[in-house]
Amino acid sequence: MDALEVNKISVGYSNDLIIKDLSVSMPKHKITTIVGPNGCGKSTLLKTIVRVLQAKEGAVFLEGKAIHTLDTKEVAKRMAVLPQTAQAPSGLTVFELVSYGRFPHRKRMGRLSKHDYEYIHWALDVTGLNDLRDQPANALSGGQRQRVWIAMALAQGTDILVLDEPTTYLDLAHQLDILLLLQRLNKEEGRTIIMVLHDLNHASRFSDYMIAMRDGAIVTEGIPNEVMTCDYLRRVFQIDAELISCPHSANPVCLSYQLCEHSAGCKVR
Amino acid sequence: MEWSKEQMDEKEQLQKVKDTARPTVGILILTTGTVLLMFSLALSISLGAADIDFNTVWGTIFHFNPNSVDHQIIWELRIPRVIGAAIVGSCFAVSGALMQGMTRNPLADSGLLGLNAGAAFMLALCFAFFPGLSYSYVIVFSFLGAALGAGIVYGVGSLSENGLTPIRLVLAGAAVSALLGALSEGIALYFEIGQDLAFWYAGGVSGTTWGQLKVVTPWLCIALLGAIALSRSITILSLGEEVAIGLGERMGRVKLLSAVIILVLAGAAVSVVGAVSFVGLIVPHLARRLVGHDYRWIIPASAMLGALLVVLADLTARIINPPYETPIGALIALLGVPFFLYLARKGGGNV
Repeated sequence: MDALEVNKISVGYSNDLIIKDLSVSMPKHKITTIVGPNGCGKSTLLKTIVRVLQAKEGAVFLEGKAIHTLDTKEVAKRMAVLPQTAQAPSGLTVFELVSYGRFPHRKRMGRLSKHDYEYIHWALDVTGLNDLRDQPANALSGGQRQRVWIAMALAQGTDILVLDEPTTYLDLAHQLDILLLLQRLNKEEGRTIIMVLHDLNHASRFSDYMIAMRDGAIVTEGIPNEVMTCDYLRRVFQIDAELISCPHSANPVCLSYQLCEHSAGCKVR
Repeated sequence: MEWSKEQMDEKEQLQKVKDTARPTVGILILTTGTVLLMFSLALSISLGAADIDFNTVWGTIFHFNPNSVDHQIIWELRIPRVIGAAIVGSCFAVSGALMQGMTRNPLADSGLLGLNAGAAFMLALCFAFFPGLSYSYVIVFSFLGAALGAGIVYGVGSLSENGLTPIRLVLAGAAVSALLGALSEGIALYFEIGQDLAFWYAGGVSGTTWGQLKVVTPWLCIALLGAIALSRSITILSLGEEVAIGLGERMGRVKLLSAVIILVLAGAAVSVVGAVSFVGLIVPHLARRLVGHDYRWIIPASAMLGALLVVLADLTARIINPPYETPIGALIALLGVPFFLYLARKGGGNV
């Protein structure tokens, strides 16, 4: 069964729909990446999935059940979210922030249980934040901060992780670092990962499944080999790309590219 | 979760110590604060235009003698005003803490965002059209006025193209407050009720009566308990809206309940003391410094510190230039304005 199924959703303001009649599914235990040019509606799609935005029509199904009919706390036990612009309040320590990941599992005034602690420790450990646990979260570097938010999402203990551009504003090494972490979580623990990425090569290298969007609609979806083709890249991004095979994943990556009107055509080496 | 059992135990013990550390600090601060508050209440009751020694104060409370002038002064004037000051301080401070947490706006304060001006405007209408209305109804008008002020400020603020920023909201708040203030003064002039209203503009607790306290106290207690019940959700909201949704927070319910509590607190406070700004701005920031970021501690700490601040301000107001009273609104603004400028200079920062 698919982890998430988006069924004929329309999102936006009534006379200005950003997404119209869109359907797509995200497979379980896989890494799914949504790519597309700025303003194509990929963040809107993601925000609708995580119920920040509401679909005017249609519905998102979480393992077969319409998400808006489920109790929001129950959803939060199954799907964790890392928004694009998460900003920690000043003074909050890494440990405190990560511990809020246990919020959906806790009773009204209850304190953290042993079980909660296990999850928090594990999340800090997996993200390599043990040494920083008592630091104020907003004093960390961009890469570390992103790790803290991922750790919080992990502490939620969900099968599904949804991330909106988790590598934006990070340098090359830190981008890779985050993606390798997500890959490990997927491979070792079978977590379903759904994310929006700007970097096509990262998307191709790390995804099991890619969804390419343009103008609020899906142009194509499939394994990276099916999506990362000259033809689709031209249609989605209006670029002529030179594609080669990635030495790390054997998926196609973009060596260089031209804007369509200047180019002599697409090459695959 | 590959922890060996030993490792786990060790970590857990360490964490238990850490986990109890903050509450210990919190309890310490609340206890110290309460002692300080009691002390300043007592001081405030005995000091004033007529100096009355401590024994007489004690005597009034436990052996009230209706024939003694001192006892009369203490019982009918001093004690209600001091309790009123404490209540008003708590109300403003907790409403500010809730607003700051809920909206992540470090400049949120019922005075700066037009709630106080709205409540004062409604009170002016009340005095003009229903003179002699019982205080239990007046306070309801005050709640409605706070809602009116907040509604207009958010309405005006959200007209701007780039959405609501803290500074923009404060600007809208200033404009709306000025407008509502002018309208209130117009009403006061036209209906010749300036005398009744003057003290509401300036801010002062000198007119507090036992009758008012009987009406305000239940509202305050309910609102405070509500605020404490909501405090964990406020902490989650303060992480940002999208994060809160991801964590399964029931946004609609929490926001509605908080808004109602904020309006009740601000409205109740204004109906006693008038439109005093900055208490709700200063106190929550101070509370955060002291007890950390958890609103389960920030809210009680704010209630306590707010009471302390206004009681001390009222005391200062009385002894600074006796026998005249300085408006406490002005005194608190002396602290509040520099603090506001400091926060605004940090670019709003984050909460």
